[in-house]
Amino acid sequence: MFKTIRQTAAALAIAGVISVPAIAGDLVIIFDDLNPAPKQGFEDAVEKFKAANPDINVIVSINDREAHKTAIRNFLSADAPDVTTWYPGNRMAPFVNAGQFEDITDLWEAEGFYDSLASTKSAMTIDGKQWGVPYSYYQWGIYYRSDIFAEQGIDVPQNWEQLLAASAKLKEAGITPFTIGTKYLWTAAGVFDYLNLRTNGYDVHNDLTAGKIKYSDPRIVDVFEKWKQLVEPGYFIENHATMSWQDALAPFIKGEAAMYVMGNFSVEAMRDGGLTDDQIDYMQFPEITPGVARAEEAPTDAFFIPANAKNKEDARKFLAFVAQPDIQTEWNKTINQLPINKNASVGDDKFLQKGFETVSTASGLAQFFDRDAPAEMAKVGMEGFQEFMIKPERLDAILKRLDKIQERVYK
Amino acid sequence: MAIDSGSTTVPGAQHRKRSWFYKNRIRLAPWLFLAPGLIFFFIYVIAPIFESIWISFYAWDGLGEKEWIGIGNYVELMDDERFYTSLINNAWWLVLYMLAVPAGLAIALFLNQTVTGIRLYKSLFFFPFVISQVVVGLIFTWFYNPDFGIVGIVWRFFGASPPAILADEDLVTFGIIFAGLWPQIAYCMILYLTGLNNVSPDQVEAGRLDNARGWKMLWYVILPQLKPATFIAVVVTVIGALRSFDLIAIMTGGGPYGSSNVLAYYMFETALSEYGFRYGYGSAIATVLFLIMLVYISFFLWRMYQDERG
Repeated sequence: MFKTIRQTAAALAIAGVISVPAIAGDLVIIFDDLNPAPKQGFEDAVEKFKAANPDINVIVSINDREAHKTAIRNFLSADAPDVTTWYPGNRMAPFVNAGQFEDITDLWEAEGFYDSLASTKSAMTIDGKQWGVPYSYYQWGIYYRSDIFAEQGIDVPQNWEQLLAASAKLKEAGITPFTIGTKYLWTAAGVFDYLNLRTNGYDVHNDLTAGKIKYSDPRIVDVFEKWKQLVEPGYFIENHATMSWQDALAPFIKGEAAMYVMGNFSVEAMRDGGLTDDQIDYMQFPEITPGVARAEEAPTDAFFIPANAKNKEDARKFLAFVAQPDIQTEWNKTINQLPINKNASVGDDKFLQKGFETVSTASGLAQFFDRDAPAEMAKVGMEGFQEFMIKPERLDAILKRLDKIQERVYK
Repeated sequence: MAIDSGSTTVPGAQHRKRSWFYKNRIRLAPWLFLAPGLIFFFIYVIAPIFESIWISFYAWDGLGEKEWIGIGNYVELMDDERFYTSLINNAWWLVLYMLAVPAGLAIALFLNQTVTGIRLYKSLFFFPFVISQVVVGLIFTWFYNPDFGIVGIVWRFFGASPPAILADEDLVTFGIIFAGLWPQIAYCMILYLTGLNNVSPDQVEAGRLDNARGWKMLWYVILPQLKPATFIAVVVTVIGALRSFDLIAIMTGGGPYGSSNVLAYYMFETALSEYGFRYGYGSAIATVLFLIMLVYISFFLWRMYQDERG
């Protein structure tokens, strides 16, 4: 009987109908990743939290990531948990502006986060206040088939010319240089972001996503011109618009494509697909404009306290707990990502080591196009990127449309 | 409710004592039985229609303050390429989905015979309607995949390079409609099969005596008797075409770059999806869709009324 109730509760939670009755002393936490490793990492951390705070009754609900994105809008106002996961940057802005998230600047001050979590402070800040505590981030870059590179006698490209040369050589050998799946759009934004960060740098990325410069600005047009040099010779696989990022792994694993602009979460899937660490490697996206300070994409995952939470005191305890170096170390080892706390240590995995090297020496960390730009702009922007990748000749029309929408979104 | 006060009172007096409810019970009874349905219909259908029309005059993200912008959303709609793409696609859906009606009729006529195992064939033809639209969408997505789908294999067999149907802005809508026709034809087929059961054998017999056969028999004897089935088939097909949502969500998500959108999906995308949350704008699209549907709804109601009058 009890088991049935629990199963029903789980089913309801998965369906996005979250309703966990809470009394004082209860701490309701909503987490948003059902994939095995992230789920494991979170559950381990919760167990440790329970052991450290036996008087708090922790109630956990784990949702599907995509379902969470829409469910959060309902549960924040209707039946708020005490802690929930969400994204920093512009993605948290609607909730912060609507007063749905608790200001936790006091926690940042009391726990010394300005020092230990310094790398993500700007992403967690709106109006000079901090709104959440990050527990993990991961690097982006180019994942490539080192065995194919060796076979073709290609060195790791250090700049744009070398990248183009390597692509030409791969194409000649019948291997598509880049795989990508743009069905869900955001993968194209990763390519755009990197071309932009390398051509124009971090400030232009921020100004563009903040609506301060137009898409028809010569600097942004220049980014698309660079992109065209990859699109027109067919350096991306065909039919990418029908594929998700997982579908696009197939040509990479089969050796039909050699590079993938991706986040570190893809390594797990590459290994599951049968590639060994000798066959895959990671490189930073090569330099384009010499002298532009290297900035990286490093999307961050964080915890927030809803303004309507019932048990804010214990919620703060939990947020302080997940920021601890030892917790972040273990957690990120499990999920194969990077800890944020500067006193935490990084896992031994070679991609984690390279990733840590990459982000810790970067001059700036971008969240991602669809987290830095407002949701609506992100959507049409990414559709524009996808359209450009299929019909590069329509560039002018696309940029004009983006300008028009930008004007309305940022008014 | 009025309670009969007992057998001691004289019949005439009893009559005067009876309450208004009792006197009007014949007229009230149908309303009482209808009440639960009417209340729910009002709460879940009528009220939301007006509410969404009301919201369409606001700019609202679902969280903050609503801002009255009058017909601002509609003005923006007039200047929105995506909206026109969706509208045109909706028109294609309406036109091409109608093929389900004659196709369903043809299959029904074909299956309307007594051969061993016909029940099995009937259920096989009916099968696509039973399975979920999500499954249909997935099957066709794989079908169309140029790398491992059947379309790719057939094309390569003839030595051509296969088209990526779901990534081509010109083909994508037709690809999805074709997938949608599969279950829709099955639906029309089952409507016609039941209709064919009711075709009167005397009339067919009489037709035979008058030397009608083949097309003439179908056109002048069978089809007129199938009129009610045709009417329902057309109505469900129109509604199915206008509501086409699940297939688009599963197969393309409106892509590539919005070129397979229809109004229903575009409304969802702007109002409720990950990058949306413009309730006002979404409501404006919903209102336009409602107005289009209203044409069919009024036609349907008018026909019902005509039939009632006889």
